[in-house]
Amino acid sequence: MRLQILDNGHGFGTKALFGIIQVMSRQPVLDVVKLVRYRPDFYGKPMSNVTHEAMRGPSSWSVGDRELMAAFVAATNQCEFCTKAHTAVAQHAYGESLSVPSSFSDAELANLPQPLRATLLMLRKVTQQQALNADDMREVLAAGASRQQIEDALAVCFSFNVITRLADCFGFAVPGPKAFAAGAKYLISRGYT
Amino acid sequence: MSNIKEGQRELVKRLLEGEGYASPAQRLAAFNNSGLDDAVGQLVTKIVNRSFAITDDDVIAAKKAGLDEDRIFEMAVCAAVGQATRQQESALAALDAAMEDQHASPDSR
Repeated sequence: MRLQILDNGHGFGTKALFGIIQVMSRQPVLDVVKLVRYRPDFYGKPMSNVTHEAMRGPSSWSVGDRELMAAFVAATNQCEFCTKAHTAVAQHAYGESLSVPSSFSDAELANLPQPLRATLLMLRKVTQQQALNADDMREVLAAGASRQQIEDALAVCFSFNVITRLADCFGFAVPGPKAFAAGAKYLISRGYT
Repeated sequence: MSNIKEGQRELVKRLLEGEGYASPAQRLAAFNNSGLDDAVGQLVTKIVNRSFAITDDDVIAAKKAGLDEDRIFEMAVCAAVGQATRQQESALAALDAAMEDQHASPDSR
């Protein structure tokens, strides 16, 4: 990572925890874990509370849907770490019920059910342009999304418009598939807190 | 229905009003992407607009401009949260406008 404090500026207890994680998972500690564990009162704890509520709080979107939105926002922001991480979590959550798109191309998105597809396209616009109008939202409502579903999707979008920026700013290392699979297993069982 | 508003308020309050290495004014400037000069301002603007294009040199330049790593950490977090907040607020305003003439049934709200 680009800041040494995020790599090795943690206290003794946190470093010991990282050691345990490495032994148990047989994978390196992901940089996102190092980030949220560095001075957690400043960023890690309050942000994890927000992200956990958005990703695991009550919603008519499934966990898989929300993880797919996270991966999609990450892909829109061209964040390789978060795209791969949350594609893995989404696929883990969906199981065989839905195949997560590999590239999020328009052709792949066309295969997704409504109102998920229209919601993803709206999130792309929020992420790229920050200039939506009422017509953009009417399209999502017309596709069958409720107001609450849109607000829930925007909560996911908020979290990952923060996290992806930090991943790229701090230069998160992108590990191999086994590390992401281990991370996905953890996020499905424990969530973000 | 998930409700992150209270958590977001606490997050922003902590970032902008709590203790930190960067001054509250510096953190607010990063959050707003406004009023920062030189390499620090360039890094913040890049976090806001093109974070995928950030390089080692951007962070090194911020250090040379006088920021230590803890200040860079804090200001990067503030910049990212500030931009994500503006994006969300813009989208929610558009949703409010769309709902004004939407005659939705109560259970669709």
